[in-house]
Amino acid sequence: MDDLRDKYIAAIAAATDEATLEDLRVQAVGKKGEVSLQMRELGKMTPEERQVAGPKLNALKDEINSALGAKKAGLEDAALDERLRGEWLDVTLPSRLRGQGTVHPISQVTEEVTAIFADMGFGVAEGPRIDTDWYNFDALNIPSHHPARAEMDTFYMHRDEGDNRPPHVLRTHTSPVQIRTMEAEGAPLRIICPGGVYRADYDQTHTPMFHQVEGLAIDKDISMANLKWVLEEFFSAFFEVEGIKTRFRSSHFPFTEPGAEVDIQCSWVDGQLRIGEGDGWMEVLGSGMVHPKVLQAGGIDPDQWQGFAFGMGIDRIAMLKYGIPDLRAFFDSDLRWLRHYGFASLDVPTLHGGLSR
Amino acid sequence: MKFTLSWLKTHLDTQASVDEICETLTDLGLEVEEVVNPADRLKSFTLGKVTHAEQHPDADRLRVCTVQTDEGSKQIVCGAPNARTGITIVLCKPGDYVPGIDTTLSVGKIRGVESHGMMASERELELSDEHDGIIELPSGEIGDKFVDWLAVNAPEKVDPVIEIAITPNRPDALGIRGIALDLAARGLGTLKPVETPTIEGSFASPIKVTIDEDTREDGCFVFAGRLIKGVSNGPSPEWLQQRLKAIGLRPISKLVDVTNFFTYDRNRPLHVFDAGKVQGDLRVHRAKAGDKIVGLDEKEYTLSDGQVVISDDKGVESIAGIMGGLETGCTEATTDVFLEAAYWDHIQIAMTGRALKINSDARYRNERGIDPAYNMQAMEDATAMILELCGGEASEVVVAGEVPDVSRAYKLDAARVQSLVGMDIPEAEQRRTLTALGFVLEGNMAQVPSWRPDVQGEADLVEEVARIASLTKLVGKPLKRVQDGVPKAILLPLQKREQAARRMAASLGYNECVTYSFVDQKSAALFGGGNDATMLANPISSEMSHMRPDLLVGLLQAAARNQARGFADLALFEVGPVFSGGEPGEQALQVSGLLVGKTGPKDVLGESRNVDLFDAKADAEAVLAAIGAPTRVQVLRDGPVWFHPGRHGRICLGPKKVLGIFGELHPKVLKEMGVKGPAVAFTIWPEEVPAARKKNTTQPALKASDLQAVERDFAFVVGTDVEALTLVNAAAGADKALIDDVRVFDEFIGGSLGEGKKSLAITVRLQPVGATLKDEDIEAVSAKIVEKVSKATGGELRS
Repeated sequence: MDDLRDKYIAAIAAATDEATLEDLRVQAVGKKGEVSLQMRELGKMTPEERQVAGPKLNALKDEINSALGAKKAGLEDAALDERLRGEWLDVTLPSRLRGQGTVHPISQVTEEVTAIFADMGFGVAEGPRIDTDWYNFDALNIPSHHPARAEMDTFYMHRDEGDNRPPHVLRTHTSPVQIRTMEAEGAPLRIICPGGVYRADYDQTHTPMFHQVEGLAIDKDISMANLKWVLEEFFSAFFEVEGIKTRFRSSHFPFTEPGAEVDIQCSWVDGQLRIGEGDGWMEVLGSGMVHPKVLQAGGIDPDQWQGFAFGMGIDRIAMLKYGIPDLRAFFDSDLRWLRHYGFASLDVPTLHGGLSR
Repeated sequence: MKFTLSWLKTHLDTQASVDEICETLTDLGLEVEEVVNPADRLKSFTLGKVTHAEQHPDADRLRVCTVQTDEGSKQIVCGAPNARTGITIVLCKPGDYVPGIDTTLSVGKIRGVESHGMMASERELELSDEHDGIIELPSGEIGDKFVDWLAVNAPEKVDPVIEIAITPNRPDALGIRGIALDLAARGLGTLKPVETPTIEGSFASPIKVTIDEDTREDGCFVFAGRLIKGVSNGPSPEWLQQRLKAIGLRPISKLVDVTNFFTYDRNRPLHVFDAGKVQGDLRVHRAKAGDKIVGLDEKEYTLSDGQVVISDDKGVESIAGIMGGLETGCTEATTDVFLEAAYWDHIQIAMTGRALKINSDARYRNERGIDPAYNMQAMEDATAMILELCGGEASEVVVAGEVPDVSRAYKLDAARVQSLVGMDIPEAEQRRTLTALGFVLEGNMAQVPSWRPDVQGEADLVEEVARIASLTKLVGKPLKRVQDGVPKAILLPLQKREQAARRMAASLGYNECVTYSFVDQKSAALFGGGNDATMLANPISSEMSHMRPDLLVGLLQAAARNQARGFADLALFEVGPVFSGGEPGEQALQVSGLLVGKTGPKDVLGESRNVDLFDAKADAEAVLAAIGAPTRVQVLRDGPVWFHPGRHGRICLGPKKVLGIFGELHPKVLKEMGVKGPAVAFTIWPEEVPAARKKNTTQPALKASDLQAVERDFAFVVGTDVEALTLVNAAAGADKALIDDVRVFDEFIGGSLGEGKKSLAITVRLQPVGATLKDEDIEAVSAKIVEKVSKATGGELRS
């Protein structure tokens, strides 16, 4: 019986393909295999003999079976290895193409500004780009003869002959949205109004369309000191630099009283602008306490309520934050520019995750 | 507004430096735009004395000088004919930049002799064109700074010129005295008193003045004049010419320069007529349409009804308060002059000035507001100056109209500064400030000075106090949250949709553009726009004349520009408003995407192919899904003409509710827009997507069956004009409970099917709910599907 075992274990070990293995299986443990034939002999044995030979034969059968199984797995592995060896690919070939889209800096910065002011309780208000001269001027304390009107480089809409209404305008600022929102919602109020505005000016630093964000907060006891705090908080959050200081300078806007130009702290190092450090100042926005006449125009009682307003260029703060040199390129849709200065679709600015990557 | 430091100092007694003055002006709201300080480029030069001069050994024209300087004795080679022993010169040392020759000096050798600097001529220092020799100073010690010497001996040569921006509310600062008043109120010096001469007339003015009845209101309040006879006109004295030149004005003649002087010194435009050319009296009245006048600028102006003018017996001689007429203008030959001081309605001036497009100093000031109370004294002050410069004899003053009473007072509420601005300024300081600015306080009522038309209420008093105290002292104060705790969401549904659409489009590989809202008429017309309602009255160019009717106009223009730069394959999108008319609100939000060229550059996988309408459809569906649009939609044809008539679809909820559109662009449109195709596009109208009905955040429970789903394929032969969606809907309707999904997986046209036929193959997924499906169940539903489809499409099961 040991001979039998040695014969088959050796033969299984020496097998090199599955067919040989199958032959060996039939010869050894198949129905008419040598081991099976010997097991048939068991019936002819005495019980004593059977008690010795039976387990032995069973053990032999198991041993051969497991040797066959192990060898089969080994051959399969070897065959797989052999196949995989032939399946080499040049993994440095380019991957499957997937378009890389981008979000325009104006959209991105608008979302950044929105995220910051939302945290301070400011909603987002919007309004029409074509507006009446009343909303764009009169309601903002700029009567028709006011020199500020002439200085605004306003685009006017065409009027048909016989239509004697004053021509509508392309809004020159987002301030008309203030008036519309005051009319609709009354006080107290906290809103920002981002959006496109238009002025008939085109040179190196001006485009006939650009983007502004206006802020308005109206309550019983809001002062210019609150405005300063809000702006400093905003700039620090927006430029992602701790403790940016602002400087207020008296100025005049027809819709504010008192009015102030606001500068932010900055320095120039090797031709590079650094915001929030040094002792230089750069003008970034106009602001002030809302003029009583403007509150009145919006249907809010100026004896009861007061508040601040400010306005700044979205394109401009985008240029400052992201080092974009030329305003005109914002509107040129040059693919190279869009790819270079654009933002990934998943770079959604949040306060908890940070505004920029 | 430009002025020089020395001119300012005629009104302000101050020791403050130029820098200090400029910083203060900006802080006061008179923003300094430019300072030109001639001293800046002369700072390094010092005085020296030539103690020895001898002929250069190798050059006839050169001399070798020994010059005593603050750094000891130096040898300098000089070619000036006047370089000689004993003179005091201006020394430029090695390392100094010499502006007139645009050179930084170094030690040099001139014909073999070392020279340690140079002695400057006036031209070399840009002081004048004088270059006949080097500067010889009559005084000064060795080592003195040249700028200090100039400041004492020729201050006009180092007089800084300051230019400030004037906001429309501050006409008072259009006069140098007004600027001085602000600085004095801030404490940067003291205001010098002005003389207030009174010139008694020695005869009655032969020229009388009147104002027409209809011109007194909204026209001319007061018109004062007087004749000064026997004047001798001619060039102004040097000091006056210097002052005017320094601020960029051209001196003309004494009489004209006097009026310009008062314009800048006191914000007081005046006018001088050559009385010899005036016929009869002067009459202030409203022009008739078609009246003409040639102005002092030698241009002819045609007037309109109602504009205010001054006429004599011959006709219109002056556009009131804006520009005098050439005909009666003063010349060198003028001997009798009629001086005018008037106060005009500022709105009338603004309207007329704008209509005639005249931008004169007089209009600028008269429309912003001059001091009416100064009118009669201005007449005296100017008379005195004319008499002083030109001699002559003054008549009595003739006056028409009256100086208007602009007096008004507002309550000073000292606490308002704290509540409005947030600065703590003691009441006494507030009162001092206002008084220094010319307000007169009676109790707590502040009487507004006549030169401050901008002060119109209590808030303006606060502004003045805060402005003079300086807003730089403002300390930020936290703005309380609207309510404590976690901030509320603030975006409106449409705003969220806009963001979601944008980020989805970018995720799909599109690059976001922001293009101008106005486009050219021809392009607008291709997209259903370009009508007069959307036209600008004053476009900056014909390329930007009409409000865009569709975002695809700008995107196609952007595509054409990029193709010209060599980018053939593009995926561009924009989110923004489009305009259907010219009224406020006739705008809608659009999201448009444009695909041009191939899906990508050619690649090893061979997957690059032309973009087609199913790319645009997939992207439209993805964007719609991102903004929460319903998934069950209709796709209808007959969209706008800029799409290929057979290759586009409108995504609708019913025939009138269009959520979006996708398709191939019309080849003619592409050609007109200069874009090389293929090009497909989609547009979504986020405002059209119905609002979500859901009120709470809970989702319905998931109904997932454990029973095995079964899929069966069917192929139908139908007419080529049968739309797949009709077939799918018919199949899906066969058993709504059992059929989970119907998908088209093949379309085959032609071959053995014959003309006008196609085969559409679908997979139907059956999801049993109660019990596992038996063969007969599947047979039954299959038969029903075939029946429904045949009925809806007229097709039959493909054998």
